[in-house]
Amino acid sequence: MGLVDLFKKIEPDKKNSPFLHTAYDAFFTFAFTPNTTTKGGVHIRDGMDLKRTMVFVVIALQLCYLFGTYNIGHQHFDAVGMYPGFLEGFHLKLGHGLIKMLPIFIWTHVVGLGIEFWFAAKKGHAVEEGFLVSGALIPLIMPPDIPIWILCVSVVFAVILGKEAFGGTGMNIWNVALLARVFVFFAYPTSISGDGAWVAGFTEIAPGAAVDYGWAHNVFNSLFGWMNLDTFNSTAVIADGYSGATPLALAYQGGWEAVTEQFTVAHMWWGTIPGSIGETSKPLILIGAAMLLLTGIASWRIMLSMVLGAAFMGYIFNAWDATAFMSVPWYYHFYMGSFFFAMAFMATDPVTAASTNTGKWIYGFMIGALGLLIRVFNPAYPEGWMLAILFLNTMAPLIDHFVLESNMKKRLSHA
Amino acid sequence: MLIAALIIIVVLLVLASVFSISDNLIQIEAQKQGIDTSKKNLSIYPKLSELFAKPTPPYVDKSRFHRLTKGRDILLSGMPGTTIVDAEVSRFGVKPTDFRGIAPIPKVEVEEGSEVLAGDALFFDKSNPNIKYVSPVSGELVEIRRGAKRSISHLVILADREQQYKKFDVPSLHSSREEISSFLQASGVWPMILQRPFDVIADPENSPENIFISCFDTAPLAIGSQFILNERSEDFQMAIDVLNKLTDGKVYLGLDGREGNQPHDVLLKAKGVEKHWFAGQHPAGNVGVQIHHIAPIRGNATVWTLKIEDLLVIGKLFRVGIFDTTRIIGITGGQIIEPILVRTKAGASVSDLLKGRLNDDVESRIILGNVLSGETSGEDDFLGVKYNMITAIKEGDYYELFGWLLPIKPRPSFSGTFPNFLFKNHRFEVDTNTHGELRAFVMTGQYEKVLPMDIYPQHLMKAIMIGDIERMEALGINELSEEDVALAEFSCTSKMPLQSILRDGLEMMREQA
Repeated sequence: MGLVDLFKKIEPDKKNSPFLHTAYDAFFTFAFTPNTTTKGGVHIRDGMDLKRTMVFVVIALQLCYLFGTYNIGHQHFDAVGMYPGFLEGFHLKLGHGLIKMLPIFIWTHVVGLGIEFWFAAKKGHAVEEGFLVSGALIPLIMPPDIPIWILCVSVVFAVILGKEAFGGTGMNIWNVALLARVFVFFAYPTSISGDGAWVAGFTEIAPGAAVDYGWAHNVFNSLFGWMNLDTFNSTAVIADGYSGATPLALAYQGGWEAVTEQFTVAHMWWGTIPGSIGETSKPLILIGAAMLLLTGIASWRIMLSMVLGAAFMGYIFNAWDATAFMSVPWYYHFYMGSFFFAMAFMATDPVTAASTNTGKWIYGFMIGALGLLIRVFNPAYPEGWMLAILFLNTMAPLIDHFVLESNMKKRLSHA
Repeated sequence: MLIAALIIIVVLLVLASVFSISDNLIQIEAQKQGIDTSKKNLSIYPKLSELFAKPTPPYVDKSRFHRLTKGRDILLSGMPGTTIVDAEVSRFGVKPTDFRGIAPIPKVEVEEGSEVLAGDALFFDKSNPNIKYVSPVSGELVEIRRGAKRSISHLVILADREQQYKKFDVPSLHSSREEISSFLQASGVWPMILQRPFDVIADPENSPENIFISCFDTAPLAIGSQFILNERSEDFQMAIDVLNKLTDGKVYLGLDGREGNQPHDVLLKAKGVEKHWFAGQHPAGNVGVQIHHIAPIRGNATVWTLKIEDLLVIGKLFRVGIFDTTRIIGITGGQIIEPILVRTKAGASVSDLLKGRLNDDVESRIILGNVLSGETSGEDDFLGVKYNMITAIKEGDYYELFGWLLPIKPRPSFSGTFPNFLFKNHRFEVDTNTHGELRAFVMTGQYEKVLPMDIYPQHLMKAIMIGDIERMEALGINELSEEDVALAEFSCTSKMPLQSILRDGLEMMREQA
């Protein structure tokens, strides 16, 4: 094991430089599983550990990353009315997506992991893996045009107040990634309100508005020009009649008809629509969800009951039929918005979800029902899953309490 | 159209209510006649489990059959064959630490260098001097080994070639409970009787609600009870008769109801017991799990448990009048050159048992008992009365490059992220590496999958960690022993030490009691 010895040689002193040592330890245990053996208790241990668990979730998100990055570019060119085919202008769409996506991804991790490392050094424990998943989720649920400083402040808020204040990975009450997003949406409503935030790369979202290209686009332009490809056209403007509205915003105004005027069901299913970066493509999310279910990492109880809850609520709305949004057929609700993303990756967070199996059924069903309620009734905020999940995160201990209480009563009543 | 739908719904509702009322009437009538509805399904609706039940073997009593769906077997390499050889063991040891519930410094009655017979008292616990702890063999007491704080760790006996037994005056089975109980205490078999809650040596003052014996072991590499019971049928039945004198309740046998594992004839023909059948993966063979499904421990009740080996000692004592702990020991695990079953007595020296059998190319861990709930053998240690197997596996103190992402070697796991489901019958070569670091509880529902009891293990563990005694009790700590949560500890993603947490909790409960 020559490599191990090499790594061991550069190990910083724990006392003199705790932060360096923590960082070293994090990277060392990332490269090598430690040589610790079992002591007392069981003599053999399952091959599964928290790193593997977390990394499998991150792997399940990768298709969303690929598609999300590309879709940023696709939506941008859709707004200016160029390259209407999904694969037309491939290099430009990918380039624009990367220009928007990479800073979001990098800053999320620099800020989030920095805080994790700092707290771990301060508290003298190993860096825990929780932020691997939070850090992978946060970029996917942000609007593509989010200012980087707002993103950073939201990550600071979520990691420090949402997680470290409670004691770190495994101790938090609310889903860390959703806290970051809820912070953005309630702390900076003016800069990210309405329909404008969902398409990136313009000075504003209105017909005739100019594109907003920076130095990175110029770098790509010189590269593409050298390769004899199309380049970014800085004189392009947003096409007439373009609103940048998401299906949900349209549905609120005019029901299913207003949605289908702009988008086809296929658009919404495959995800070539504006929205948060990673939540638009349903099939790719479902592939990730299937992966989590097959490996048993995510709870099928939560996913299934959430679908049932949303369908139940949608069905009630259809029967009630008071507004245009209410009359949207219940099964079309699954095509719009981020239901599947919330179901597969947000609600199933084991730390913040209900921890008993019975509790998980209730928890998932309530999220499904409540999320749809918010979606349909709340004019200020078009999507309900974030709030529903955070609310049920808060309620999860209460749900568990009643489940446990009934188990305890069974035992005590025989006493 | 709408009206038609409404009419259909109303008709269906009426039909459903008629069915449900008649179903209720049947139940009420059954209760009036005093029929136990929990055992027999008297409802007009069949239960789901009845509709989809797999066929049970013909010798199984269906009304006392429990199919456990939770739990997992762990298949390891180093399974012993079926031949049994006599072990050549010269030294035997008795370890006071084997007997949970006694003080660390018991009163030793014999001196170093003195000769003892098999069945002669060696020491007793000062809190209950009537319970004797006796020598399993005849020979010379060569060493009284001391451990930390002058506690007594081993009493080592150099065994005679020809074993001599102390002759006991056996009371007849018609004598009173007190007489039989005091004879069991004086003859050294009492410490084999354990009580739940707490899994400690039974208190002779208490009369147990019931007595439970698990007649099969589902732990990794465990040996089959047919080897243990061969040619011992009279001893077994005699012991059952003795136990029936000790309790006003019942003696329950937990039998192997898995397809293709017909229990030994002795068990099928046993009298004076209520037989329950269990089918399922580990820990279906744990007596704690069986108690939970037969007659759970509630309130202040205590129950007793025994192992088959101990029953045979009691049976022989009452039949012949000697303390004979002859038993079958499995020498198992991937580090054993030729895994084998040997016949010896309780307390055999580990180094004698392993002589020439251990693969010493790499460092091994010698485990007394199985890999899940056994203990690490000390230097020059002895297989105490608790265990009927030794497992030797590799030590795992190595680094593994990206071991958490791409495991290079196959390893047992319950996680779907490993392709283990493709190799259902593969026997894994294991080592003691933890495969990860200790973390806080993150995953949920993991423990429940491998504990076939109506208990929330994770919440119980948290209750123990904060020392909430009432909550611990309400969540069912009294029904558990370490071996029951061992499988959950194995599968724990956060590498939590569940068994030692549970033991802390049980000790807290015992102090309170």
